[in-house]
Amino acid sequence: MNLATRYLGLQLAHPIVAAASPLTATLDGMRRLEDAGAAAVVMASLYEEQIRAEDTAYALYTEQGSNSQAEAASYFPDLVDYNNGVSGHLETLQRASAALDIPVIASLNGTTAEGWVGHARELAQAGAAAIELNVYSVPVDPAVSGAEVERQTIEIVRQVAATVQIPVAIKLAPYFSSMPHLAAELVQAGAAGLVLFNRYYAPDIDLTTLRVTRSLPLSTAAELPLSLVWIALLSRRVACSLAASRGVETDVEVIKYLLVGADVVTTASALLRHGPEHLSTMREGLERWLGENGFDSVSAIRGLKDATHVEHVDALLRAQYVAALTDYLPGKLVS
Amino acid sequence: MSVKSVVMDGNTAAAHIAYRVNEVCAIFPITPSSTMAELADAWAAQGLKNIWGQVPVIQQMQSEGGAAGAVHGALQSGALTTTFTASQGFLLMLPNMYKIAGELTPCVFHVTARAIATQALSIFGDHSDVMSARMVGFAMLAATSVQEAHDLALVAQVATLEARVPVLFFFDGFRTSHEENKIDLIPDEQIRAAIDDDLVRAHRARALTPERPVIRGTAHNPDTFFQARESANPFYARVPDIVQKAMDRVGGLIGRSYRLFRYSGHPEAERAVIVIGSAFEVLDETAAWLNGHGEKVGVLHVTLYRPWDAERFRAALPPTVSRIAVLDRTKEPGGPGEPLYLDVVTAFAEALGAGRISAMPTIVGGRYGLSSKDFDPAMARTVFDELKKPEPKRGFTIGITDDVSHTSLTVAEPSFDIEPPDVVRALFFGLGADGTVGANKNSTIILAADPGRHAQGYFVYDSKKSGSYTISHLRFGPRRIRAPYLLKSANFIGIHKFDFLFKLDTLAAASPGATVLINSPYGPDEVWNEIPRDVQQQIVDRKLALHVIDASGVASGLGLGSRVNTILQTCFFALSGVMPRDKAIEAIKRATEKTYARKGKAIVEKNFAAIDSALANLHQVRIPAKAAGQKMRLTLVPDTAPDFVRHVTAPILALRGDTLPVSAFPVDGTFPTGTARYEKRNIADEVPVWESDLCIQCGQCAIVCPHSVIRAKYYDESRLAGAPESFKAAPINARGYPDSRFTLQVYVEDCTGCGVCVENCPAHSPADFAIKAINMKDRLEHLEAGRESIGFFETLPWADRTRVNFANVRGVQFLEPLFEFSGACAGCGETPYLKLLSQLFGDRLQIANATGCSSIYGANLPTTPWAANAAGHGPAWASSLFEDNAEFGLGYRLAIDSQTTQARTLAQKLAPHIGEDLVTAILQAPQVTESDFRVQRERVQAVKAKLAGSSDPDAANLLALADFLMRRSVWIVGGDGWAYDIDSGGLDHVLATGKNVNVLVLDTEVYSNTGGQASKATPLGATAKFAAAGKTIPRKDLALMAVAYGRVYVAQIAMGANNEQALVAMREAEAYSGTSLILAYSQCIAHGTDLRHGMKQAARAVASGYWPLFRFDPTMRRRGMNPFRLDSPRPRIPLEEYRYNEVRFKSLTQTHPDAAKRMLEEAQRGLEERYQVYEDLASRDGSRFELASQDISS
Repeated sequence: MNLATRYLGLQLAHPIVAAASPLTATLDGMRRLEDAGAAAVVMASLYEEQIRAEDTAYALYTEQGSNSQAEAASYFPDLVDYNNGVSGHLETLQRASAALDIPVIASLNGTTAEGWVGHARELAQAGAAAIELNVYSVPVDPAVSGAEVERQTIEIVRQVAATVQIPVAIKLAPYFSSMPHLAAELVQAGAAGLVLFNRYYAPDIDLTTLRVTRSLPLSTAAELPLSLVWIALLSRRVACSLAASRGVETDVEVIKYLLVGADVVTTASALLRHGPEHLSTMREGLERWLGENGFDSVSAIRGLKDATHVEHVDALLRAQYVAALTDYLPGKLVS
Repeated sequence: MSVKSVVMDGNTAAAHIAYRVNEVCAIFPITPSSTMAELADAWAAQGLKNIWGQVPVIQQMQSEGGAAGAVHGALQSGALTTTFTASQGFLLMLPNMYKIAGELTPCVFHVTARAIATQALSIFGDHSDVMSARMVGFAMLAATSVQEAHDLALVAQVATLEARVPVLFFFDGFRTSHEENKIDLIPDEQIRAAIDDDLVRAHRARALTPERPVIRGTAHNPDTFFQARESANPFYARVPDIVQKAMDRVGGLIGRSYRLFRYSGHPEAERAVIVIGSAFEVLDETAAWLNGHGEKVGVLHVTLYRPWDAERFRAALPPTVSRIAVLDRTKEPGGPGEPLYLDVVTAFAEALGAGRISAMPTIVGGRYGLSSKDFDPAMARTVFDELKKPEPKRGFTIGITDDVSHTSLTVAEPSFDIEPPDVVRALFFGLGADGTVGANKNSTIILAADPGRHAQGYFVYDSKKSGSYTISHLRFGPRRIRAPYLLKSANFIGIHKFDFLFKLDTLAAASPGATVLINSPYGPDEVWNEIPRDVQQQIVDRKLALHVIDASGVASGLGLGSRVNTILQTCFFALSGVMPRDKAIEAIKRATEKTYARKGKAIVEKNFAAIDSALANLHQVRIPAKAAGQKMRLTLVPDTAPDFVRHVTAPILALRGDTLPVSAFPVDGTFPTGTARYEKRNIADEVPVWESDLCIQCGQCAIVCPHSVIRAKYYDESRLAGAPESFKAAPINARGYPDSRFTLQVYVEDCTGCGVCVENCPAHSPADFAIKAINMKDRLEHLEAGRESIGFFETLPWADRTRVNFANVRGVQFLEPLFEFSGACAGCGETPYLKLLSQLFGDRLQIANATGCSSIYGANLPTTPWAANAAGHGPAWASSLFEDNAEFGLGYRLAIDSQTTQARTLAQKLAPHIGEDLVTAILQAPQVTESDFRVQRERVQAVKAKLAGSSDPDAANLLALADFLMRRSVWIVGGDGWAYDIDSGGLDHVLATGKNVNVLVLDTEVYSNTGGQASKATPLGATAKFAAAGKTIPRKDLALMAVAYGRVYVAQIAMGANNEQALVAMREAEAYSGTSLILAYSQCIAHGTDLRHGMKQAARAVASGYWPLFRFDPTMRRRGMNPFRLDSPRPRIPLEEYRYNEVRFKSLTQTHPDAAKRMLEEAQRGLEERYQVYEDLASRDGSRFELASQDISS
């Protein structure tokens, strides 16, 4: 059985990739994932905003009380190894890249143009096999148009791709008005792959304290359809790799994503929930299904059910929508 | 070989050499030498190698005594070994120094000479410590400057290797150790060339080895010891020659020559001054000035003090010298003179006796500069002038006014100034938190980088740890700056906080036409009217050029908080013209980037923005012809303050402490308590404001307030008559008091603005959870109302202690704090415990306090926080040393027990006279509750009344001892450096005695006072000085060790996590009639966290299981119950959630990510195991705890 796939130009033994999560934050964690059979790992994101905040905190707290007492010029040792709050991350990446046989993909969440480019360069220098740009911004300013948001997103890709020699993927939010157009633009700007989709924190209100709370619950298979649809729609229509994210709980979701055209399937929640060893269960499930259904490779099923196999895909989706409403609502409302 | 010129302080200069020529350093922190140890540790952590290509081994020890022992052992085992120390720590090394010298072991001890604690502790410089070591057998070599601290450190090492006599190398604490000056750095190749490896190998060959076994450290009898002691004399006889040879060898390499005795001045001088240390520079410059004005004077520096080479000494002085003053920077009470003076007299007397000179010169001795008392050219000139008199004063003092023993010389012209006009002199008044000192250190580096320019920086600090001011003294000039004294006149003055104009005489040193820069919230058009009139007058009279900038506003707008340093630094460069503006700005940016590059781009960018916007916001002020302002400088203490405060404390506060005469001071170090209340520091921008409607009167804000500025009283409603409108009151929410009112009063002028109270307040507005029952608001807006309310609040009575419920936090808020307004850091984690101690037991409390933060914020002049109540009762406080506090406190108890026994015996004996019933009541008084104490105090007063005037000796004795009939509460207080390290042996012994003392360890898990060095309380994985790569071993479980004794009351407490448990533990400990030990979690700035949230962080420490709360009460055994009670639940959050809120843990994830992870996991496992141990203890049946052989009842 040939499970091999290519993603961002990287040859992978199979299509199941460990997504960025606390499990991929440490060398040990990434080693465990490799041992469990991951085809590649996406290291936990480097958050520029967090680094800036931590750097500021570090600078302020280490200066607290310094040069104001006769007995103590400072209260902390001068840590020459401390480097902009990224040194630990870079060291971990560097060591993981050297230690692991599978590709280690870096993930970057920037906030400034300089941060995107600068940190991407550092990640590349530290040995990342590729970079996944984790674009996570919520447009709240009414003065900023959707076109502007798209332009900014494309610009990030353009600049990073122009800076580093390694492949660049972008992990997108699902909230764009014309995903195929944006996808094409991103590819033109240099994106070697799209990761669909990012998940946002879920706000809530605690009725006891009247406080706004937020959480990021682990994803479930119920979240599958959104990414499934868009991968199906983009498969073979954009000239880049496609990675499916969200709702990957078992080999069932992996297979579905491959059928609609994903090159790889990334998962974090299932691994957090069941442990890294769950990866091999998923891989075995995929292999078994392929065999039981007479396929000899992953490439044999990739895109079998993507939108290129459907004429008038927009009409079809619309019809599916109406049908769904019909099933759900009392008939008289849609008659 | 290119020589690098750099700016560094004396500590760095000396450590630079010491590190390179040694293989082992045994260290322990002590001011002012700590920097040398810290640097050695940091360099080793960075892998810096010595001249033999090896990274020296740096070992922190538990005390200086321990360090000396380790040095001795390492030397005996053949390693080139050194240490760094001063003062009290140096004294602890003396026994080993005798041994090291007695065994002729080459090594160098690097000492920043510092005062020894006598009537008071002083961290500052003089020669009291090193002069105590004249007998140990070390050669003594002294440096006068930063350059010499560097050069002579190498000379010392070269000499000791050849001589085999160890060298005590010293330089003046602070004045040299902390002065930044431009020096020529000796290249490593030259250091390498100076050391003779044959001598190193010879040292190794003498080391102990089983291959060639010998024994050392034998014991001798009267028949042999004496002769053996004399056997090393030839080695000492050779030392002067060897040291001169070493000076020549090093001098030949580095191009700077040194002599054992350095004479400078007129070749035919008639008068000379002999001195050791940095004062030589002052005397030398002054002598040059005097010689330039027709006098014939000179000065001699004793560079090699021991062994004393009398012949070389005399030969160094011109034969024309007939009148000599010998200046000693130490005091030998009762002696015929100070050490150097006696040596000089002896040298001449012996020469006279031997016929080598024909007449004895006039020689007088004097003391100067104790505890870094400034020694300036005016004083130097006074000493030279004194020698002109027919009978110069003997045993004089210079630099003070001695109106008691009349030893002092009067300085005729205090403003005498010899500084050349081409030296730029700049004085900066900054706030500790604003970065002024750091920026000025950078400025010296920037300016001295120019080959043609030299720079000097010296920094003076206030003794408070919060809201403290700093004064920077900077000099820049075309020649090496040899002026180790504070600026007497300045042509640039920076005032970095506007309030300083009202508190300090900031312009006293302004020279005519000087430039003044003020960080002012007022613009150039408004500022003049906001300046106090006498300051206006100074500006007008001296024709000063005044400039203002709202640096605080600019910094705040850029997100830099209070860090105004780079803004004001840019303005200084622009106004002073010491460098072209563009070049200066570029250099400041480079320096900023160097400082912050590793700390992140965000900070660099903000500072760059600050630098770029500085000049646009800088404005010159048009000065009117007359000073006609309405504002006046503040009176620093109220007129109602006690005499001592008005006449002694107030001048110290006004920076005029130097002018106080000897008669102003207590003769034995006894000072009045409660002086902090008179110093209204007004340092907070925001203060808590009470919302009486929202308050649930729980007392949680008051108990955590580190500065005792939140106080609660309840009183009858009728007392509100006459209350000012601003005074707030609420019905008390306790049942049964319908007519009582409750007031929570904030002392706005004493608040540090830490916000801990607000974060700890559990009450919210139902409509808006952001509004609490206490909220931070602008101080200035609440200042006047606050003052009015406080005035009224103080007329209300404190609660009757017999009616206060001591058992809960709500109750104890009504107890008067007798520890108030300390200078501890804003949000200090230690002080709430001390305040609580003072509330609970204050009127019968006697405290032994170890040296450390608590002795500094507790007793550093000018004002001190320990106070007395209206009846005059309150904590009696004393500090002995760092290394003996447990024993010191035990001594209290021994004396109290002895005198209590005597008092009881006498009372029984005098019962017929006093009254049988009264005596019986006194002797049988339980003294447990506040009611008991009140009644007993009344009884004791009654006894005193009956005995008064009696001629019976027994009656007189009982009168003297009657106070011991009140049960006294003895508390031994200190930090973890004290309890876990330096006095761990003493503490252990005290715990073992079972005596009724209570030990409170304010556990910050580092040596906080000296700058955050690791102690044995520092947790695994924490970054600290001496543990830059994370502490690799877990903290000592002192609590469990004490529990093992079985009869020590032990509690681990954490305010913020469980205030109630802390309260209960302190009361139980005090009630227990044996020994008690309380470990109190104390958040600290050395943890690298926002102390505003410190209490929450303490709660996380407990929630994670890192700091379990428990009490081990031996009295429970007697009731068949388990004495060990675990007061906190099982770990509820991962350790990571607690740790990674603090830089001390978090930084390791950046610098050593793998180690950080491993240590976190180990620590997590460790705490789980430890918790399991505690849980096992807590779940045992009481019978499984042994009863101690000596049962102690409660």
